[in-house]
Amino acid sequence: MTGTPTSVTTSDRSRRRADRGTLWGLFALPGTVWLLVLFVLPFYALVCVAFGDIDPVFRNAVPAWNPLNWSFGNAGEVLGEIFGGSLRKVFLRTISYVVCAVVLSFLVGYPVAYYLARHAGRWRGLLLALMILPFWVNYLMRMLAWVNLLQVDGWVTRAFSVFGVQVNWLDGQPITVVLGLVYGYVPFLVLPLYAALERLDGRLLEAARDLGAGPGRTFHLVTIPLSRPGMLGAGVIIALPMFGDYYTNDMLSRSPATEMVGNQVDFYLNATTQPQKGAVLVLVLSALLVVLMSYYLVSTMRMQREIRA
Amino acid sequence: MSSRRSRNPWRRPIGLATWTWAYVLWMFLPVAIAVLFSFNGGRSRSVWQGFSLRWWTGEPNASLLHDETLHSALRNSLVLALLTMLVATPIGITLAIGLARWRSRTASGANWLMLVPLVTPEIVMGASLLLVFTSLYTGIPLGRPAQLLGHVTFSISYVVVVARGRLLSIGRDYEEAARDLGASQFQALRLVLLPLLAPAIFAGFVIVFAMSIDDFVISAFLSSGAGSETVPVRIYSAVRTSSTPALNALASFLVASTLVALALGATVMSWFRRRRGTKESALADLTSVGI
Repeated sequence: MTGTPTSVTTSDRSRRRADRGTLWGLFALPGTVWLLVLFVLPFYALVCVAFGDIDPVFRNAVPAWNPLNWSFGNAGEVLGEIFGGSLRKVFLRTISYVVCAVVLSFLVGYPVAYYLARHAGRWRGLLLALMILPFWVNYLMRMLAWVNLLQVDGWVTRAFSVFGVQVNWLDGQPITVVLGLVYGYVPFLVLPLYAALERLDGRLLEAARDLGAGPGRTFHLVTIPLSRPGMLGAGVIIALPMFGDYYTNDMLSRSPATEMVGNQVDFYLNATTQPQKGAVLVLVLSALLVVLMSYYLVSTMRMQREIRA
Repeated sequence: MSSRRSRNPWRRPIGLATWTWAYVLWMFLPVAIAVLFSFNGGRSRSVWQGFSLRWWTGEPNASLLHDETLHSALRNSLVLALLTMLVATPIGITLAIGLARWRSRTASGANWLMLVPLVTPEIVMGASLLLVFTSLYTGIPLGRPAQLLGHVTFSISYVVVVARGRLLSIGRDYEEAARDLGASQFQALRLVLLPLLAPAIFAGFVIVFAMSIDDFVISAFLSSGAGSETVPVRIYSAVRTSSTPALNALASFLVASTLVALALGATVMSWFRRRRGTKESALADLTSVGI
């Protein structure tokens, strides 16, 4: 007998592997089609509106579905405003707010993540639960809480006025918007940072200390370089939504003095009959963010492959 | 120098501990105060005027119990979250199974496609969906139908990420074992893989519910006016107008219901974990005896 049980099993398995391709493909089909129809195609529609025409009578946007019919007059107009006109300030402001908010988030969040990863001891479980809890409190609710405190007769405003500081915090103050962004997004920074610092090999820190480095040098020469990939990923993951944020700004300021790109997009798409301008702004924003997005995607893919291997 | 040496390098970092607890306080105190103000006796959301249930139940027209616009916002949020949960979780789970097992060029393309929504700012997704619903899919009206499709779209990837972690830790051995023992591919999936995936499926339900409840941008872009406002949209549009502590009551109620959903999910998942303990040992027996 040549057909031993083992060889039957093996051929059986290879046959199974062969028909597996189509079956698993079928499993992936609904989700993939859903994302094509409701994620990819809508983005294409946005491009077609941005490069489309404007109805000469009704002045509304007419999307150009065929790329050969794309016209760039509208896009050029908006780009002109971005580089030399009224939108220039808005873009520069957005970038500076986001940079400030990300840096402040690191200053606030890194020590927390570090303490959690290395020193929390018996409090770690409770603290981790507390770090996750803000995800379960509605973002708008968290902003509403600050609106209550920062109103003219709010508790924080009154606490400041005791020290002689009279500020109308909700009246177009850049610092309110930046701190609002920090408050809103810092929980999303702490958790990935914690994960990165927790993975860090404690023996390397001990070695640095044994070799004579002080706490400062150990931190600077060992902890920071080793946690750098995690830090970059965490920074990107909070910077991306901040760039498109308009509601934090609207809740805490609602003033042209602090307007960000998101506010302009919201304005053109939801309050005017010029959606094509909003569409161009979204395209420009996406073009700016594509570097950050690809960085995050590539590093995620690399990590996935490492886990699989 | 010697004084620095003599200090214990592994001492408890008091400064870091203080900073961390201050952070916790900073995260939760404002929210706690906002909840407190929902019980305010006066009309103000910033000056305390004594405890009352006026804005929860008392006011005949303006309390959470009696104000129809607040009801409808709450109803919209909860119905939308439930529907999103029921649609997005199955799609995400099947996509995760497919992507974990399917090896081809198309599969890696689908994998990329699945990851992109995770890093796309919501405003990009919201603007695209608004424009596609107003210019191409004109048969789907703005309001709940469009909002549901939008919410499912951003939720799918999160379900996939949750389920994939679990799929990787399960591996293929159990399924192979079932196949070797004569189960069909479908049976192996139904009787072996799905029970093992149950915790991830529940995690998916809970996460999708929370994401949908929390969402503002997609709901706002795809809303068709007051009738399809969700709670976050309601908070956004009412916060700067002459609003009362009833708004705080609405927000507090939403937070409470999210936490109840979380607690339910956690209970079910720990129940699964307990049950899985025995199940896994049974499977281990099977593998050691049978193969």
